[in-house]
Amino acid sequence: MAQTAMEIAADVNARRRSAREVTREALARIERTDGDVGAYLTRLDEFALEHAEGVDARVGAGETLPLAGVPLAIKDNMCVRGTRTTCGSKILADWVAPYTATAVLRLLEAGAIPLGKTNLDEFAMGSSCENSALGVTRNPYDLERVPGGSSGGSAAAVAADEAVIATGSDTGGSIREPAAFCNVVGFKPTYGRVSRYGLVAFASSLDQIGPFARTVEDAALVYDVIAGKDPMDATSVDLPVEPTARHLRDDLNGIRVGIVREFTTDALPAVVADVYSIAYRELEKLGATLVDVSLPTAQYGLATYYLIAPAECSSNLARFDGVRYGLRVNGSDVTEMYEKTRAAGFGAEVKRRILIGTYALSSGYYDAYYVKAQKVRTLIAADFAKAFERCDVIASPAASSPAFRFNAKSDPYSMYLMDYYTIPVSLAGLPSLSVPCGAVIPEDGTRPMPMGLQLVTPLFEERRLLGVANAFEKATQHASKLTPQIAGARA
Amino acid sequence: MALAAEDAACTFGERAWSMPIDVRYVAKLARLALSPDEVESYGAQLTDFLTHVDALRELDTQDVPATAQVIHARNVGREDAVTPCLARDEVLAGAPQAYGSYFRVPRIIGAEE
Repeated sequence: MAQTAMEIAADVNARRRSAREVTREALARIERTDGDVGAYLTRLDEFALEHAEGVDARVGAGETLPLAGVPLAIKDNMCVRGTRTTCGSKILADWVAPYTATAVLRLLEAGAIPLGKTNLDEFAMGSSCENSALGVTRNPYDLERVPGGSSGGSAAAVAADEAVIATGSDTGGSIREPAAFCNVVGFKPTYGRVSRYGLVAFASSLDQIGPFARTVEDAALVYDVIAGKDPMDATSVDLPVEPTARHLRDDLNGIRVGIVREFTTDALPAVVADVYSIAYRELEKLGATLVDVSLPTAQYGLATYYLIAPAECSSNLARFDGVRYGLRVNGSDVTEMYEKTRAAGFGAEVKRRILIGTYALSSGYYDAYYVKAQKVRTLIAADFAKAFERCDVIASPAASSPAFRFNAKSDPYSMYLMDYYTIPVSLAGLPSLSVPCGAVIPEDGTRPMPMGLQLVTPLFEERRLLGVANAFEKATQHASKLTPQIAGARA
Repeated sequence: MALAAEDAACTFGERAWSMPIDVRYVAKLARLALSPDEVESYGAQLTDFLTHVDALRELDTQDVPATAQVIHARNVGREDAVTPCLARDEVLAGAPQAYGSYFRVPRIIGAEE
């Protein structure tokens, strides 16, 4: 198996390997496999080698960097100064960012090497990456299947060993669902934990940046670097961040794991439900006690989310009007210029959500839809708070199924259902992750496809969350039981 | 006073659920040109979508406060200090059209009236 971020940083800091050497190997790997996977929209080879040289110089001068020489993939809705930042959209296809996102800046300062920008559903709206206007990303475990979304390129890059760590953004499940589909760890910290300065906004009361990695420990290492207050983002929380990476537990003695009554897996195919029954038993074997908890309003999560997120998106995406960024299509007057630019620049799903959101916010409907959804959001968050009086962590499926085939979800609502388990958690702002927990062979396939276990803790309890996931991962080693379809991916 | 206003909004809100959707009007508000095919397909999809979100009416939220964000931040302030800002040339380089140090837009004032 390829090296972890922890191992690479140790080697580079001890000068057993140079960051340049690690970078050259990673770039060669991308050259060999990304033609099949399509994880990257933009490669940053030159920038990567230049940055690696800087990391080697700093290490040579005696510095120890937490991510020294670790190959990093960046979701293409995060700005990197001087490189194009497309959001997977025609409207920004040629836009070059004039500044760098805080989370990315912190990773670069910590020694990570930026290999490129990864594919996503347009403006992070989708669950399969199929809504990207700029490229197709395939699941490294079955090239006929989607990698999940919206951060599908980042998940696929880590799964195909085309990066060791990656950034994602999660609004309703956009880190956790692709992580589950691609057999990697995907972690969404508490809302407000990580600065969003330089992340192109989708739904501002929900968006959060988080890492992809092959191990929980690596995800923790990235989190330790990116978490914390940033003066450039007023919504970033000014609370001390406890370091997590070297403080993760490996047993579950005394931990109460809540199993949500309403998240019964009865409706899932038996083979899928079995994976979760086994995962819950594995938690028990590690010392945890399973307790029954109830989230009576979680079933309203999807309806609530699909009013709030489009409402915020319709407002945030108003800035793409042909004036300040990217595409412009001329019209007879300024209004027609706006209308034609947006018609030509946005894809079908983005238009759909702008229309839903505009409708939900329009005069006469605002109280019926938007305010109503915000009130239900209060109830959902209160349900979680009550459940956490009885348990320390909640476990559930991360996605409603394993990765599906391309074009399998033509009805928009069937795609939205993929995030049934992640959306209520996002509405409550809670920290949450997906860790590999087994595999099934789908009815319409021959290759075993990975599944993810979603774990959730109360606000700001990231260390507890990562600790429970670490214990589960170390004891079960589910990720290493599967082999990607990409030749020599884990060679 | 506040209560009366909310009552009025709720009454109006109830009526809102069953109204047909004028997709052309919504698209106009969103500054989005739609083809005739799009008007038809989005109209059907939005109507279908609203039947899904209709489920929220089952919940009594009369006395429930709305949640705008979950971390209970209040009036976040900072020092009113001068700090470096983005490089103007780099920002303008990303615009479809620039003129000197300005974004260039089609004529808005004094167009034929």
